[in-house]
Amino acid sequence: MDGFFTISEAKAMFEKGEISPAELASKVAEKIDKVEGKVKAFVNTYCDEMLDKAKGLKEPKTPLWGLPIAVKDNICIKGKETTCSSKILKGFIPPYDATVAERLSAAGYLLVGKTNLDEFAMGSSTENSGLFTTHNPWDLSRVPGGSSGGSAAAVAAGECVAAVGSDTGGSIRQPASFCGVVGLKPTYGRVSRFGLVAFASSLDQIGPITRTAYDAAYLLSVIGGHDPRDSTSAKVEPFSFENAVKEGVKGLVVGIPKEYFSEGLDPEVKEKVEGAISQLEDLGVRVEEISLPHSPYGVATYYLVATAEASSNLARYDGVKYGYRAEGVKDLMEMYLETRSKGFGDEVKRRIMLGTYALSSGYYDAYYLKAQKVRTLIKRDFDKAFETCDAIVTPTSPTPAFKIGEKMDDPLTMYLSDIYTISVNLAGIPAVSIPCGFSSDNLPIGLQIIGRPFDEETILRLAHNYQMVTDHHTKIPPCGGE
Amino acid sequence: MEYEAVIGLEVHAQLRTDSKIFCSCSTSFGADPNTHTCPVCLGMPGVLPVLNERVMELAMKASLALNCTINPMSVFARKNYFYPDLPKGYQISQYELPLAEHGWIEIETEEYGKRRVGITRVHVEEDAGKNIHGGPDDPHSYVDLNRTGVPLIEIVSEPDIRHPEEARLYMQKLRMILRYVGASNADMEKGELRCDANISIRPKGSTELGVKTEIKNMNSFRHVQRALEYEIERQIEAVEAGERIVQETRLWNVEKGITESMRSKEEAHDYRYFPDPDLVPYVVSDEMLERVRSELPELPDAKKERFIEQYGLSSYDASLLISSREMADFFEEAAAACSSPKAVSNWMLGDLAGHMNADGADIEDLRFSPKDLARLVTLVDEGKISGKQAKEVLTVMYREGKDPDTVVKEKGMEQISDEAALIEVIKKVIAENPTEVEKFKAGKKKVVGFFVGQVMRATQNKANPKVVNQLLVKLLEEA
Ligand SMILES: [Zn+2]
Repeated sequence: MDGFFTISEAKAMFEKGEISPAELASKVAEKIDKVEGKVKAFVNTYCDEMLDKAKGLKEPKTPLWGLPIAVKDNICIKGKETTCSSKILKGFIPPYDATVAERLSAAGYLLVGKTNLDEFAMGSSTENSGLFTTHNPWDLSRVPGGSSGGSAAAVAAGECVAAVGSDTGGSIRQPASFCGVVGLKPTYGRVSRFGLVAFASSLDQIGPITRTAYDAAYLLSVIGGHDPRDSTSAKVEPFSFENAVKEGVKGLVVGIPKEYFSEGLDPEVKEKVEGAISQLEDLGVRVEEISLPHSPYGVATYYLVATAEASSNLARYDGVKYGYRAEGVKDLMEMYLETRSKGFGDEVKRRIMLGTYALSSGYYDAYYLKAQKVRTLIKRDFDKAFETCDAIVTPTSPTPAFKIGEKMDDPLTMYLSDIYTISVNLAGIPAVSIPCGFSSDNLPIGLQIIGRPFDEETILRLAHNYQMVTDHHTKIPPCGGE
Repeated sequence: MEYEAVIGLEVHAQLRTDSKIFCSCSTSFGADPNTHTCPVCLGMPGVLPVLNERVMELAMKASLALNCTINPMSVFARKNYFYPDLPKGYQISQYELPLAEHGWIEIETEEYGKRRVGITRVHVEEDAGKNIHGGPDDPHSYVDLNRTGVPLIEIVSEPDIRHPEEARLYMQKLRMILRYVGASNADMEKGELRCDANISIRPKGSTELGVKTEIKNMNSFRHVQRALEYEIERQIEAVEAGERIVQETRLWNVEKGITESMRSKEEAHDYRYFPDPDLVPYVVSDEMLERVRSELPELPDAKKERFIEQYGLSSYDASLLISSREMADFFEEAAAACSSPKAVSNWMLGDLAGHMNADGADIEDLRFSPKDLARLVTLVDEGKISGKQAKEVLTVMYREGKDPDTVVKEKGMEQISDEAALIEVIKKVIAENPTEVEKFKAGKKKVVGFFVGQVMRATQNKANPKVVNQLLVKLLEEA
């Protein structure tokens, strides 16, 4: 496992003096040199800066002291280009830090680079990136998932020790599942959204992508917590890392929603997920079949709510203030039209149009308002399930990673890739994806564990206990390991 | 046919806060372009609005003063449209659930008497920036975002107004109330108070509503009245000529004194309002509401009634004195420091108002205190100076900020009422004019006037004429 580190391993090695931050940073930089040309996880890397900073690190050891971490390129870092993988923001350098970036800095992290994503986080494969497509380290002909595909691929290939991504409908969990790593979408309001370039404000949430559940819990304890700069940030008890990783899972009740195991689910995925469920039972977890009756409406609801919000959130990219502006236009209207036609990619434009339509007068009640009502019903399904369950277990995605180009001509099929993750965002609850086995093509398969609002501790405890008795998360992908 | 106008006003008032509604940038007026901006009000990627609580307090004060009901929960919504002065591509406003509803204010005209104008709603929103277009040699346009995010309330009236004069009075009353509660400076010249009007006409007596037009760009009280007068005439002429009124937005052209079509209904925006997911609903607790209510000052109508009752003022004088809170406070402080409130009122609305009008000064600009005015009234009351002299003293007080006693002393104006001093002068005058004394003794009582004149001359007009008169008669008889 040379060149692959978890946060906890690196910290232990620092503690014992087995490796210095500068040595760790060079190993990461070497790995990037070796694999980045094939994986293409990063929009920008900052290896020289990382090495310099690693050399200059002073004691005492802060929580992320000397740890090379990658950040999705829709999270603003002061003085660093933030593109959202969009031509319209190419060259945009924010004069401010996202709260998450500020907390990572304060904890002493080393920024490896900004990772690729589907443009403005709209997509499930990074193929919608306005810059380039990231490749899955397990099979370079396949997608890494998305939208946080760059972050997941970078963690899988060992190009960083951990990463942060954002999840609006599965954008952390689905790529984590495709790349064989751990991805946590925290409860809405757990992590500040300040400085996260908005896609769908009521659904977006930043979270960790790591090699282990233990690391995810650790990283969440650094980036989570109330932020006065985000009005939707929750004032709740802080997340307890200790509670998440110290205790066992005996006696916990886990619900298996029957709607998540019906048609469209790949048989291999089904088999591995069911295998994981029996392993949880072996750990003393009680398993119970449940129903989430409104699940079938999740995707439709999501594509009204998310696109409506996106149509408004993306209005600011108009060529007036920053980013791309079309040249040689004759008037204001033409500047708007040309800038936005050329600056945005097809999927972004498709969603802006969908959302604009859903909010238009005469259609608002039938689409946006109806979707908000269904959203409430979906949330109630979960509330009801959590009356008897401590967590819910499902597949993360219906299939393992698909081929690059396979679904690009069919947006609807692409949307179904998030069918199991989307409802969690609509309900605002936390969920984690962990590797639970491999397909016959040696592609990782992900298990999703969904929790009660602000109960990341229980789902991470389940994930951590599972990883203590399994080794799927220790497997190294062909690209990166070679 | 006789027509009647149906007018409703939408008024935007800038709230008096130091910082903007969703960031901590300054709201002060007149700074260099884009110097009062930050990533939040510039609409940069990823930034979020955080509501300034002070904005809601002032908006609640204004709403309560306008007799509105405060909604226990109000919701900020996004009003989506593209314009360079709108950096986010949407304005944060309130739509389905405004802060307050169902209010009214009372206006009074000589011709139509007292009338209540209903207020449909008061909602809170952010201001947009300003586009500046280059001159004839400069093809560029510029955007100044200093004003972006400055807090506003929009006050929407019911279509209860029937006459342009009432519209002007409504605006003036609104301005007075907003200033009273400290919610807004409401300075129309600085754009702190802006007015749009919806107006239609119908045959008098009809209850149906005609097709309305919206008039924008009326930036003074006078223009509100003039624009509406023009528009009513225009609509009547059009209808009489057999034309149909089209629903449209019209701009008041100040130079030409006419309204001009700006855009038709078909060109109107679809604002695609929806609740802003970056902000949580604004919830007003009973405690908060009670606190804000308890902080409300006495409002103009109540103050006017009290002034009439307590100080015995005429309705007209009272309404002038309460026209601003500062004016009313000045009056009350002065009235409390002397025994003649009526005299204080007369001075304030007479000579003092004359001075102030000539200079365009406000009561806040005065260089003397209410107590000084009270002292002036007392000096006249006690006969220390004459009313004529008091006018002179007030002029010096106004120009130089001196207190009346100092002015009186400096000008040597004190009247001589001291009998011993006056007897001496009178005796001397009698001794010097034996011929006139004989005339008096012969029954020509008129010569007293001659002696008074002599005494006044000898005292440089400082003698108290009343006292002189009494003493003269007595001493002449004794002579
Ligand atoms: Zn600002």
